[in-house]
Amino acid sequence: MSTAEHAAPGTPAYCLGLLRRQLTLAARRPVDIGNPLLFFAMVVALFPLGLGPAPDKLASFAPGILWIIALLSSLLTSDTVFRSDFEDGSLEQLLLAPQPLYMSVLSYIVAHWLITGCLLALISPLFAVMLKLPGAAIGTLMASLLIGTAVLSLVGGIGAALTVGLQRGGMLISLLILPFYMPVLIFGTAAVQNAVIGVPAGPYLAILGAMLCLAIALAPLAIAAGLRISVDA
Amino acid sequence: MPGGGPLLAVHQLCLERGGRELFQQLSFDILPGQLVQIEGANGAGKTSLLRILSGLSRYGFSGRVERHTPLLYLGHQPAVKSLLTPRENLAWHVAGEAHFSNAQIEQALASVGLYGYEDVPSNTLSAGQHRRVNLARLYLSQCPLWLLDEPFTAIDKSGVAELEKLMLRHVDGGGAVVLTSHQLLHAGDRVQMLKLDEGLMA
Repeated sequence: MSTAEHAAPGTPAYCLGLLRRQLTLAARRPVDIGNPLLFFAMVVALFPLGLGPAPDKLASFAPGILWIIALLSSLLTSDTVFRSDFEDGSLEQLLLAPQPLYMSVLSYIVAHWLITGCLLALISPLFAVMLKLPGAAIGTLMASLLIGTAVLSLVGGIGAALTVGLQRGGMLISLLILPFYMPVLIFGTAAVQNAVIGVPAGPYLAILGAMLCLAIALAPLAIAAGLRISVDA
Repeated sequence: MPGGGPLLAVHQLCLERGGRELFQQLSFDILPGQLVQIEGANGAGKTSLLRILSGLSRYGFSGRVERHTPLLYLGHQPAVKSLLTPRENLAWHVAGEAHFSNAQIEQALASVGLYGYEDVPSNTLSAGQHRRVNLARLYLSQCPLWLLDEPFTAIDKSGVAELEKLMLRHVDGGGAVVLTSHQLLHAGDRVQMLKLDEGLMA
């Protein structure tokens, strides 16, 4: 036993350290960051080929297209949130740490959102231009994606926690969480569509914000319970 | 640590897996100064017992475990991130417990034979070195109770001897160690055996 007495770090310092570690790991494996962006870019590039290059048609479908691809990108990566930690034993240590698991899993989700949804939202204007989305709606698109993908990351985390112990949990995650993605898709798309036709998108963004608040309050509890069950199984 | 009281108390623990009874009515206390080795064949339930003691397993058993002190659990997996260096891995692992200086991290890594390897990517290290990164936590931990699942796996002879010395120092300092191992410890006279079918031997 160490003879020196050290003060245990507080939860904020611990969670910031956890966030920094997750971002360091992502930075050292850039493919994890690049995959969802590449997926987004590839699918956006396919739509003008499938629908035809007519700007009016593309512009009218753009809100739905961009939101569906963002949703699928998030789904694509949600399986990996806890996978490597489960396999190498880090998850056991996380569960035994004295800091609240609620805050620890929130750090994981924030890291996941920063390297997937947040990045997607930040580069979405580029793809919006490719699909001829009117310039006036681009701000709303970014705002809806910033809020909405955070909800998707939180909800996806629940599926990831419940399936982390399964060999092939990817498909099961889709079945589990896709129904919960629907309201985000509906209100996210509606916000952008309203912005396209010049109607205020604020109410829809406010609903997305309310969903985010609810998800922040409840999803980490469900994720923590899911992780405990998966590690115990 | 409670003065003189048990660090861990187990009451009437029963566990069944796949219709097979692994242990029943297991009751014992872990006191300061005890070095306890859980004895049993493969599949006897040693790891399951350690996971219950640690609090990782919360369901599927009956009985009660009272933990009176913070504990350190080192499981089968070394919990080492291959994309981080040993320094980063160790710093992260002890971050939940306390803040340690860079020099203390380096010293702990040197103590497990990883001097000079502090800043190399962990994916270039062997399985034994991964295990050593994890075991370096023991040199920094302030937890009075250590629960160690097969700590000698992939460790060479000199490493095992050093680890045994560390455990003895820990129990002499008022801590306690509960471990699973198929290896006989050199400090045999200091070790109390815990048989899953009979309980803690005197």
